[in-house]
Amino acid sequence: MSFLSYFINGISLGSIYAIIALGYTMVYGIAKMLNFAHGDIIMVGAFATFTVVSTNGGNPIVGILAAVLVCTVLGVTIERVAYRPLRGASPLAVLITAIGVSYLLQNVALLIFGSNSKQFTSVVNIPALKLADGQLSISGVTMVTIASCIVIMIVLTTFINKTKMGQAMLAVSEDKGAATLMGIDVNRTIAVTFAIGSALAAIAGVLLCSAYPSLTPYTGSMPGIKAFVAAVFGGIGSIPGAMIGGIILGVIENLSKAYISSQLSDAIVFSVLIIVLLVRPTGILGKTIHEKV
Amino acid sequence: MKRKAKGIKNQTTIQNFITYAIVIAFWVFIQIWSKAGQMTSLLNGLLVPICTYVILAVSLNLTVGILGELSLGHAGFMCVGAFSGAFFTKAMAGAIPSVGIRFAIALLVGAAVAALFGFLIGIPVLRLTGDYLAIVTLAFGEIIKNLINVLYVGKDSRGLHLSMKDVASLNLEPEGEVIIKGAQGITGTPKASTFTIGILLVLLALFIILNLVNSRTGRAIMAIRDNRIAAESVGINITKYKLLAFTVSASIAGVAGVLYSHNLSSLAATPKNFGYNMSIMILVFVVLGGIGNIRGSIIAAVILTALPELLRGLNNYRMLIYAIVLIAMMLFNSAPKAIEMRERLMEKVKGKGKGAA
Repeated sequence: MSFLSYFINGISLGSIYAIIALGYTMVYGIAKMLNFAHGDIIMVGAFATFTVVSTNGGNPIVGILAAVLVCTVLGVTIERVAYRPLRGASPLAVLITAIGVSYLLQNVALLIFGSNSKQFTSVVNIPALKLADGQLSISGVTMVTIASCIVIMIVLTTFINKTKMGQAMLAVSEDKGAATLMGIDVNRTIAVTFAIGSALAAIAGVLLCSAYPSLTPYTGSMPGIKAFVAAVFGGIGSIPGAMIGGIILGVIENLSKAYISSQLSDAIVFSVLIIVLLVRPTGILGKTIHEKV
Repeated sequence: MKRKAKGIKNQTTIQNFITYAIVIAFWVFIQIWSKAGQMTSLLNGLLVPICTYVILAVSLNLTVGILGELSLGHAGFMCVGAFSGAFFTKAMAGAIPSVGIRFAIALLVGAAVAALFGFLIGIPVLRLTGDYLAIVTLAFGEIIKNLINVLYVGKDSRGLHLSMKDVASLNLEPEGEVIIKGAQGITGTPKASTFTIGILLVLLALFIILNLVNSRTGRAIMAIRDNRIAAESVGINITKYKLLAFTVSASIAGVAGVLYSHNLSSLAATPKNFGYNMSIMILVFVVLGGIGNIRGSIIAAVILTALPELLRGLNNYRMLIYAIVLIAMMLFNSAPKAIEMRERLMEKVKGKGKGAA
């Protein structure tokens, strides 16, 4: 029974990674950049909810909406100010700028909220589900996290396959030049991608802090890196890949914490990533790239 | 034709000498500065870290600029060097009483161990390219940091004992000494690093890298960077040269690690000093200094290490300013529009100069 409980918690943690990884992978697929500041948007989202719910006693739903709104605006602004001028510059320059943005967000949060860890009030008030005569208990947050992950996955896939904007995204990720010639507004498409990615990061931030309720300006950075690993793991640029990658990563992390060593769980996660990439150099669902001479 | 080739060679020699001269001038300047009694203890404490970061930036530039592969795990090699060097100094305290000699050998040990790690990690990593390579180096860096945090090594009359659990499982004799204490790391390393040694190591690192870059090997490495397939088709052994560059880069980072560890009385692998944040910071030096530009790396490392400390008066705002400066610099340096604007400005200035003449 304890195995099952670790496993379900792993899926829940993995769902959070998956939601973050979706943002990473979409931005990478379309703008071809590693958005290192993505992890810090999670933190901003969590702080937005924290301000509304924990400090001012607001309604959790208002808190989540506030987080989504703040992060969406923030994501689009960052893209407009810092990343758009660098389109066409070397990928490394964009990467360093993203790192600069990450430092900026962390330090602004540090100035506003201080470095002390804040106690986050969970936005989920559903009682835990008791199964098998109370031997297996699944907390409300866990259920909500897994459910939201599934919903997000379905909505996102539908959005990409059924709407005009989604198709535009696919086109831009395939070939920017050709997409422009077809009359697609590349800048707008990229902005929308950032908006969606940041909104997802906000949701992930709220879920993450509801499950692990301590919040500091650096809360987002490690989950951000792990989600990045998850995105690469599943094949960066692939949406189902980010989902699978995130969940596998969460399960491995939780099981190795429970059965091997809590100190080594990160090392185990990263080792699995290395092994996967050595066997499949573009991740589980990544496209194989043929080299042309 | 022959004369032209000679001219180019002389030019690179002159350029290299300018680089060495800058470093030596910096040393002389600091010596005069401190003789004049102008050195604050804050600046004094910065000198060895500056040397450490310069060495790290220069060595990472070999991987990123010359080899053309993005590595996000450079701090891992520094970590390996730091721990193996400090371990050697502590473990050999009885056998070699002179701190200076122990430190000198520790530098070699650190370089050798880091080179070994670079070689072993390089074999799988260099099969990948681009962002995949970047994330795997990041993963290796984190694994190294994680493993060192659970490593316990002790020494007694029967030799060395190793454990991944705790001090008790080392089974030491009562008079045995625990050298590496898991997350607490190594404490009581003698403070052997000085600014002069640091500068000498910087010069050594520069000497190795600049000579490597301007050699047949260096040209082969750059050929791989510019076009792997073309390089392969003219008979360059890709794996060999990639591994070589990666290993040399790791080994020099190891030396920086030893310098770093002998500047602190207690050494522990925390996310701050050996995590991916550190690797990224070194990468920032390299990119801001100019990818492939060794002299630029040195200047960027010095300025960016000193900047947050010099802004200390601004307290909480200093890292914020650092972040804004970083973004602004990148936008100014790399944005296509900014480059165009700069060029137009340059042309205007030049045109004016011509008009006056």
